[in-house]
Amino acid sequence: MKLISNLFIPIIVLVVIIYGSYKKVNVYDSFVSGAKEGLPMVCSMFFSLLAMIFGVNIFLNSGIIDYFFDFLKPFLMLVHIPAEVLPVAIMRPLSGSFGLALLNDLYKLYGPDSFISVLASVIQGSSDTTIYVITLYFGTIGIKKIRYALWVGLLTDLFMVLLSLIIVPLFF
Amino acid sequence: MINKLWIGLIVLGSSCLLLTGKSDVLNTQILSSGKATLELVMQIFPLMSLWLGIMNIAKESGLLLKLSKFIYPLLHRIFPEIPRDHEAFGFISSNILSNMFGLGNAATPFGLKAMESLQKLNKNKEVASRSMITFLVINTCGLCIIPTTIISLRILYGSDDPSFIAVPCLIISFLSLLFGLFIDRILSRRNHK
Repeated sequence: MKLISNLFIPIIVLVVIIYGSYKKVNVYDSFVSGAKEGLPMVCSMFFSLLAMIFGVNIFLNSGIIDYFFDFLKPFLMLVHIPAEVLPVAIMRPLSGSFGLALLNDLYKLYGPDSFISVLASVIQGSSDTTIYVITLYFGTIGIKKIRYALWVGLLTDLFMVLLSLIIVPLFF
Repeated sequence: MINKLWIGLIVLGSSCLLLTGKSDVLNTQILSSGKATLELVMQIFPLMSLWLGIMNIAKESGLLLKLSKFIYPLLHRIFPEIPRDHEAFGFISSNILSNMFGLGNAATPFGLKAMESLQKLNKNKEVASRSMITFLVINTCGLCIIPTTIISLRILYGSDDPSFIAVPCLIISFLSLLFGLFIDRILSRRNHK
């Protein structure tokens, strides 16, 4: 698996360049003019990302999540959901690095092969940072009205968490 | 929608910090997010330019069009609004493939190119089109054969079988992708009326 993943990049690069020169494209000029598009793209993504990171950072570091979960803990115990997993699930759409930090803590506390750690890893690994992806893509191309995009994204994330709670125990 | 989310994040976070007397944390968070964003963008920029360069060769040599033609029968049911053999199919499939192999830094520029070409097809440039939202759903599901970061974290903590989680991750993200596409269909129809 790792070998395939390692060979993937070099093979793509080689195939593209060899095919390009076979079709008599000036591959060097073509590469440079394509790479130049990176700058305007980065410039247009910066400001929407700045706005979102600003908001997300204040929220994540406010401690509001800890209060919320302390409050929620007794209810979760009733339905047999390990309370430690919930912050990972709720933070997943907001921030990728925050989830990884939580995962790191869980591994340290329970070991990487415990049920809690595996459940949290699967939740972290089966989804992407929805809010970030929406901000990045729509911000860069200048979309102002995102219509139902956030709903689809968040509903799918919720479905993913519920599915993980059902499927992961089957592996133990 | 994003506007409301943004207000919520800032007002909730700030008032929680102010009520617990941690205004110094709030100050550092407000002032440091600019630097955090710049660092993130600086991380994305060089690799993004590199992949955009490679992608441009593929586009000018006609390789991208070939990929678009090849993938069209597979994707045209999911994206019925994109015309046959449009370059968007090439970008979309490159993005999905890079995501599957855990190459996030290549997936981002391909995804942005895909969005750009969907924007060319879009009638109202400020409103997200149906295809854009569908493409977004595919991206947020994080369909991935090798979840590289988590596996390396598991190796770091001496797991017995670090790559074991790849299987449940793939099953779950695939099923949630199907669910996402289903919800997308329902909401787009409701929005159309």
